[in-house]
Amino acid sequence: MWVPLLLSLKVAGWATLIAGVAGIAVAWGLSRWPSRWSDLVDAILTLPMVLPPTVIGYYLLVLLGRRSPLGAWLQAQGIELVFTWHGAVIAASVVAFPLVLKAARAAFLDVDHALEQVAAVLGVSPAAVFFRVSLPLALRGILAGVLLAFARALGEFGATLMVAGNIPGRTQTLSIAIYEAVQAGDDSLANLLVVITSITCVVILCLTAWLMPGRHRQRSMRRSMP
Amino acid sequence: MSLQVDFSCRIGGPDGFLLQPCWSTESHRMALFGPSGAGKSLTLQAIAGLLQPDRGHIRLGGRTLYDSQAGIHLTPQQRRLGFLFQDYALFPHLTARQNILFGLRHGWLNPAPRAALPETARRWIAAFHLESLLERYPDQLSGGQRQRIALARALATRPRLLLLDEPLSALDATLRGHLRNELRALQQAIDIPTILITHDPDDAAALADVVFHMDHGRILPPASTRPPDPPATHGRQSDAPTP
Repeated sequence: MWVPLLLSLKVAGWATLIAGVAGIAVAWGLSRWPSRWSDLVDAILTLPMVLPPTVIGYYLLVLLGRRSPLGAWLQAQGIELVFTWHGAVIAASVVAFPLVLKAARAAFLDVDHALEQVAAVLGVSPAAVFFRVSLPLALRGILAGVLLAFARALGEFGATLMVAGNIPGRTQTLSIAIYEAVQAGDDSLANLLVVITSITCVVILCLTAWLMPGRHRQRSMRRSMP
Repeated sequence: MSLQVDFSCRIGGPDGFLLQPCWSTESHRMALFGPSGAGKSLTLQAIAGLLQPDRGHIRLGGRTLYDSQAGIHLTPQQRRLGFLFQDYALFPHLTARQNILFGLRHGWLNPAPRAALPETARRWIAAFHLESLLERYPDQLSGGQRQRIALARALATRPRLLLLDEPLSALDATLRGHLRNELRALQQAIDIPTILITHDPDDAAALADVVFHMDHGRILPPASTRPPDPPATHGRQSDAPTP
């Protein structure tokens, strides 16, 4: 019973890490070097949010399967993604990625460009400007996106089932275990798993609401002007 | 310190605004004076390295900051200038102390909230009476206090040239006069040349010896405009045609 929950948390954690780093990097690039292609790139990268999960699963199977060049190369390196929990991580990352991208892009665009310019004039390198100015100022918006991405990765079903399959103890995540329990008529197990999932998601939503922009003026309330 | 500026830059596509400032001065206190939309701020950004011109050159005290023919375009970091933005652009997530220390630390981390103050920072904190404000965040400071913090932040890095972009326009009338006098006193106290952008003749008269009029992206020849009174132009304007 705890195995699917732990597996789900492990998969969602890794997927959030991958989608988070990639989403922040791409969002930063898109907001820093705006071009007429930015919106096209954004639209293409947002596709996983719109496409049915089975379609994403199918794409991933084609891309990572043994018959594709990438899949063959990965296998030659000894990396097996299909029907392993690593495959589940890839599927969840792809599905969660647009949520980070959208939130991070909006958050970076919200950062006053003059602050990045003044940091450069003060002699701070571009990488340091990112870590000292842009990222901290965009952090709340990004964190909200990352938490949504985590929730989405935790609930991933379709693409995960197609890429990683349903192997109890190895790739059977929480949402797949619920499906299996219902199919097998094991109502008590299904109820328990559903309650666990619901509580986890409510906690994440509350955290997200707390981090959303609009609440970040707390600092000014800490001490009033003299 | 001599400053030679002669570049052209088209902004916003082939039909966009053409910026073509051209001047040369030995003066320590100069002003760019003109209506909004004249290209004053863009000129300042080009000098600071935040905007790359299409062609021309910018030289400061024998050092080439930009030269299209020689392929030189120093980054803002390499130019070591001070830039006071119109709204002061203080980092809202950092305290006044961290803001002032920002340019003195070059790593990937911001100065610690309790970081020690080196001599170069202490000097300006004392000069601007900022001791009691160091632990405040920018949104807990008044307009005048913000300006002093931003000035201290810029001066702490020992800039070779201080660029002031409409430093007084965000303030109300009483504070304006007060801070104008403060800036004037600062200019007399320090050895750093300043370029001031303003559309207020009083600011130009008080804070500059040489005033260049700017409109439609160009520096106007002195004959076509009356300098803001009192006319206090002791500086050399080598590019100006004799009337």
